Amino acid sequence: MAKTIKKPLSVDRRSLLKATGVGVLAVAGSGLLSRTAQATPETAAKKLSELTGGAAVKQGKVNVKLPEIAENGRTVPMTVSVDSPMSSGNYVKTIHVVAEGNPNPDVVSFNLSPGTGKAEVATRIRLGKTQNVVARAVMSDGSVYEGKRQVKVTIGGCGG
Amino acid sequence: MAKKPRVKVPSKASKGQVFQIKTLITHKMETGTRKNKKGKLIPRMIINKFSCKYNGKEVFSANLHPAVAANPYFAFYTKASESGTIDFAWTDDAGKTVTASKKITVS
Repeated sequence: MAKTIKKPLSVDRRSLLKATGVGVLAVAGSGLLSRTAQATPETAAKKLSELTGGAAVKQGKVNVKLPEIAENGRTVPMTVSVDSPMSSGNYVKTIHVVAEGNPNPDVVSFNLSPGTGKAEVATRIRLGKTQNVVARAVMSDGSVYEGKRQVKVTIGGCGG
Repeated sequence: MAKKPRVKVPSKASKGQVFQIKTLITHKMETGTRKNKKGKLIPRMIINKFSCKYNGKEVFSANLHPAVAANPYFAFYTKASESGTIDFAWTDDAGKTVTASKKITVS
């Protein structure tokens, strides 16, 4: 009688140990991957403050134009414009663009000058999944403005 | 690396006019996150720097990251100040540079 009770118990414990062991490994693995290979809104914001030297950020002036839905993340047309007279005393120095859900937050940085005449740049970017694209403009007087836009991506464009 | 770039600049402009420049260069912009058929990572190879100089003075430049789509395209603006040349340069991860140049007459 005692033997028949003991046998199923020990089998249960062994399978339980095995299952938890695999489970712990899987969790550890996925945690490691997401930390090294994926940007988050936090890392994107950190990257932006690194790029802009940690200056105080004001909302507005920056307009990020992207399609609401991008069917193909491999090439998404983007236009960034900043409300600025672009005169020799008041112009946009730099525009930094980051993506919150790509493998790396960096996308592109534009360096402008009074000779640019108009603070508007168009390009094409890659987006891995549905996410926010954030742009920060550094003005000639050192102030920083931010604008963002969400894009729904149907097919990601970051390989893998 | 890349083939001949395409650049669109107006040949004539009036002084003080703000005109648009469009550039396109053929380049794979390999991200470094893709894997080949054997499962090995394909090394990163992108154009990381683009610059536009108007009579030797830089008016626009861009620092590119792998999130810029293949065949990098830029459309931006420049103010016509004087007649001269507008030079474009694209530099990739291997340090190779491709250049293009356009003449503009400002009246």
